[in-house]
Amino acid sequence: MSTAREMGLVTCTACARVWPAGTPECGRCGHRLQSRHAGSLQMVWAFWLTGLLCYIPANIYPMLVTSTLVSTEANTIVGGAVEIARHGEIAIAAIVLIASVIIPVAKFIAIAYLAVSVQRGRVHGAHGKMHLYEIVEFIGRWSMIDVFVVAILSALVQLSVVASIHPGSAALTFALSVIFTMLSARSFDTRLIWDAHVPHGQTAAPLPPSPGTE
Amino acid sequence: MTAQTERTGAGKGLSGMDTAALIGCPNCDEVYVARTPPARRRAVCDRCGTVLISSRRNAGIPILALSVAVLVLVLAAAFHPFLSINAAGLGNRVSLLDVATSFRSGVLVLVSVATVMLIVALPALRVALLIYVIAPLEMGLRPARHARLAFRAAQELKPWSMTEVFSIGCAVALVKVSDLARLEFGSAFWMFVALSVIVVISDRFMCSWSIWQAIDAAEGDATASAREPG
Ligand SMILES: [Zn+2]
Repeated sequence: MSTAREMGLVTCTACARVWPAGTPECGRCGHRLQSRHAGSLQMVWAFWLTGLLCYIPANIYPMLVTSTLVSTEANTIVGGAVEIARHGEIAIAAIVLIASVIIPVAKFIAIAYLAVSVQRGRVHGAHGKMHLYEIVEFIGRWSMIDVFVVAILSALVQLSVVASIHPGSAALTFALSVIFTMLSARSFDTRLIWDAHVPHGQTAAPLPPSPGTE
Repeated sequence: MTAQTERTGAGKGLSGMDTAALIGCPNCDEVYVARTPPARRRAVCDRCGTVLISSRRNAGIPILALSVAVLVLVLAAAFHPFLSINAAGLGNRVSLLDVATSFRSGVLVLVSVATVMLIVALPALRVALLIYVIAPLEMGLRPARHARLAFRAAQELKPWSMTEVFSIGCAVALVKVSDLARLEFGSAFWMFVALSVIVVISDRFMCSWSIWQAIDAAEGDATASAREPG
């Protein structure tokens, strides 16, 4: 095998063009060139933690406040999904639960798992971990559904005293949580997985060579 | 999963090798000699499975047409109502511009700003950048000014344009207040459904490596070699 780093080259992660090691920025697309993103894992963890800190209030405080003639009702994310399910719309309730609870939680676990396994320095099953990363990148945006629902309803349901809907503070913290976890996943340099990859039958991984000086 | 690229030998002398002929896998760092795959085939990284080149001949025209369609639909959808509500003789219909201006209370304004950014502004900006980059190439002209920066920005914006997520959001909203009021989809909702489908098709056509190659080719060899650092 021959990676760009082993060949004294550096790959542009934006356009895939290859340059001699030490080239500061890609001559084709202008992206900064780094053999491995310095501080990739620190960025991943910083965004991960910020996302998690936003996710906690997002589940405690109301997402949506519905005021009608007779009552005012505040629903959290999970409460809102339960409410939908009680109306018999199981499929829609499932969409909300998957998008707002299962995907974010699974994403926190998956990113942490990838970061920790790279930090340990030895990765078994790099293909599986690469797939996991691709899934995390693909599904992250779908968590935004509930935020959009809140924005839509708050603009639409403004029927004077008959009924009105207002966003709760969880709408903001949840949106921030989704954005920070997307940034966390995007900060992850997948080349680190392959550097630490231990091929089948090999017990000890050679330490990856130190990155080229820039 | 046959790689249509040729693995480069690690032992090959690099001194004389032109790195422009190589392609690196952005996901695992493996380097190959870039070779355009035959029609209907894609060049896939042997090591990690990332699609490196998915070139289709003359993909520029379809991407251009689809991008124009998306741009028109996004802008039209922003001004048309996407949902309307009726309850107890009262009615309301909202467009995305209403969403943008609906929250006036404190920090929650950020939610409506973010919504409009992710659903209208960034998708529109992304396809506008693609049109700006690809149109001159298709017309055989020199690349537009800052075409490289524009194309890189368009690629960066991809995960942040969420029109299809919004379509599902409309459907959920419809169900969520079904006991409170009667909701109906407006014309903009169907525009969003259509443009979500078009975006998916258009992204399937697009091969970023081929577009970069086209930009390089259009700028001419003289300029290209002048850009070679070191
Ligand atoms: Zn690869």
